[in-house]
Amino acid sequence: MNLILAPLLLPLFTALVCALLAGRPAWQTRISLAGAAANPLFGLLLLERAASGEVQHLVLGGWPAPFGIAFAADGLGVALAVVAALLGLAVLVHQAGAAEPAAPSPGLHPLVHLLLAGVGGAFMTADLFNLYVWFELMLMAALGLLVAGGERRHLEAAFKYFVLNVLGTLLLLAAVALIHGATGHLNFAALAEAARRPELAGVLPGYLGLLALALLLKSAAFPLYAWLPATYHSLPAPILALFGGLLTKVGVYALLRLFGQVFAGVAEAPVQLLGWIALATMVSGVLGAAYHWDLRRILAFHIVSQIGYLLLGIALMSPAGAAATLYFTAHNILAKAGLFLIAGIVWRLAGHHDLRRVGGLYAARPGLALLFLLAAFSLVGVPPTSGFWGKFLLVRESFGQGQFLWGGVALAVGVLTLYSMAKIWLEAFWKPHPDGREMAAPVPGLAPAYAAVMILGAATLGMGLWPEPFIAFAQSATAGFGTGGRP
Amino acid sequence: MSLIVPLAIALCVAAGVYLTLSRDLFRMVLGLAVLGSGVNLLLFASGRLGPLAPPIMEAGADALAAGAANPLPQALVLTAIVIGFALLCFGLVLAARLANMARSEDADALRATEPPGGEGHKPAVLEP
Repeated sequence: MNLILAPLLLPLFTALVCALLAGRPAWQTRISLAGAAANPLFGLLLLERAASGEVQHLVLGGWPAPFGIAFAADGLGVALAVVAALLGLAVLVHQAGAAEPAAPSPGLHPLVHLLLAGVGGAFMTADLFNLYVWFELMLMAALGLLVAGGERRHLEAAFKYFVLNVLGTLLLLAAVALIHGATGHLNFAALAEAARRPELAGVLPGYLGLLALALLLKSAAFPLYAWLPATYHSLPAPILALFGGLLTKVGVYALLRLFGQVFAGVAEAPVQLLGWIALATMVSGVLGAAYHWDLRRILAFHIVSQIGYLLLGIALMSPAGAAATLYFTAHNILAKAGLFLIAGIVWRLAGHHDLRRVGGLYAARPGLALLFLLAAFSLVGVPPTSGFWGKFLLVRESFGQGQFLWGGVALAVGVLTLYSMAKIWLEAFWKPHPDGREMAAPVPGLAPAYAAVMILGAATLGMGLWPEPFIAFAQSATAGFGTGGRP
Repeated sequence: MSLIVPLAIALCVAAGVYLTLSRDLFRMVLGLAVLGSGVNLLLFASGRLGPLAPPIMEAGADALAAGAANPLPQALVLTAIVIGFALLCFGLVLAARLANMARSEDADALRATEPPGGEGHKPAVLEP
């Protein structure tokens, strides 16, 4: 049986059923959780076949390639689809708890699943125009979730997100149109062949630059990330984790797929530029985080900073760099979302997002402090967490290629990340609560939130303690990337 | 024909960028819509203009007749138009609602999600 479409059809179907159950919230939640739980299982079935090196193909409509709309399940796409599905499950479990969940609304569960469908579709598609369509689906679902709060700050955030992201998708569509006009193809495999025709060497780099610009805007790279810290902090914790974990990573995935594989070696100059963009993204993101004291804003800026690492792996243009980006992306989705979910619990227990108004959580909740330390160390890159291996692979490959400045800045930014995490630790966990708030009494309804954080924490710890199978998988999934290997 | 389409694309993109750079919420949304029209035209033109015969295959044939229009960009642009229209509607409603709430149509008045002002190197403490 061909399961390629499971990562997009299952969330789409769940979204539909949830929309039909809008009048019965209890059933809607049950179906939503069931769909979210089934999603990673189908992903694992796909992963089993992708791990053997097999790339499954599906061309819809009965048209022969390259004319039909093609889907392909290779290691890169499937691995990220599984991680995304796992995050979807954790987020919906967290939403069932009392740690700053999104206000109940009939549209919430359908929109979350639509977003997951868009993400799954983007990971599975092998068609450039289809990729644009999945970006649009993600954008629409994201806009719905942004305005769900209904207050002025939600609408303002949604408007800023709307303007800049619609501009991004229009740039993407223009790039798709120009590339289609030049090559006559949209299918990834056909594009990879056509892009190397010598008569296109004059025009294609410019079109690819436009494509890169659109995808860099979508992945919140320097200097196009203004939309991210301006909007994310208006979201409730589980939705914030979903956005922060997934949306920008899809842009990174598209960059890796297109520039690391499909168009690898076609445009050299933009790739060199990408390395410097990656450094600027890392540094400006972590400095933004150092300024802020609002937990959500700190973590939102760290998303930007971590995007820099992912871009660096792509800019290295080698199989090892691509493998590092894949491993780092999977790690980052889990660790980052875990931190946002913990921020929700911190808000519920200590009563505020501003670090100067909270405290005392280490004494009151040592277990939570341990979970935070795990996620924070993972983000910083302290062994034995997954973040260490991600950074290790990345920095080793940078040094191996003689890019000592790139690798050195990546290490230095890790120190600034540690500063930021230490600030959260000192303020929220170590110092006594400024208002002397009594937090010893148990807070009801937090069990689902803890369960969600533990799902993600276990995943990041597992990736860190037994890194070999994950790294080996990433290396086999990205073999031939960056060197002109065909999809 | 071959000159009119590029000129139309250029006009749409120029007008769209100009409107989007405005501070007025509605102009921004309309600017994105006009910009989207330019991009849609570009997408349409990517399949080459010129052949006008409907892309319908004769019974039994396995290829289009010579001189038939390229059907693929038409399908693509239709998808893009539908998506663009949905986004335009959403954007207009959002702008209207926001202008109503903020009592201003000026983008500079959208300060509710900006970082709190502060002294020196620290942002102000958020209200409880």
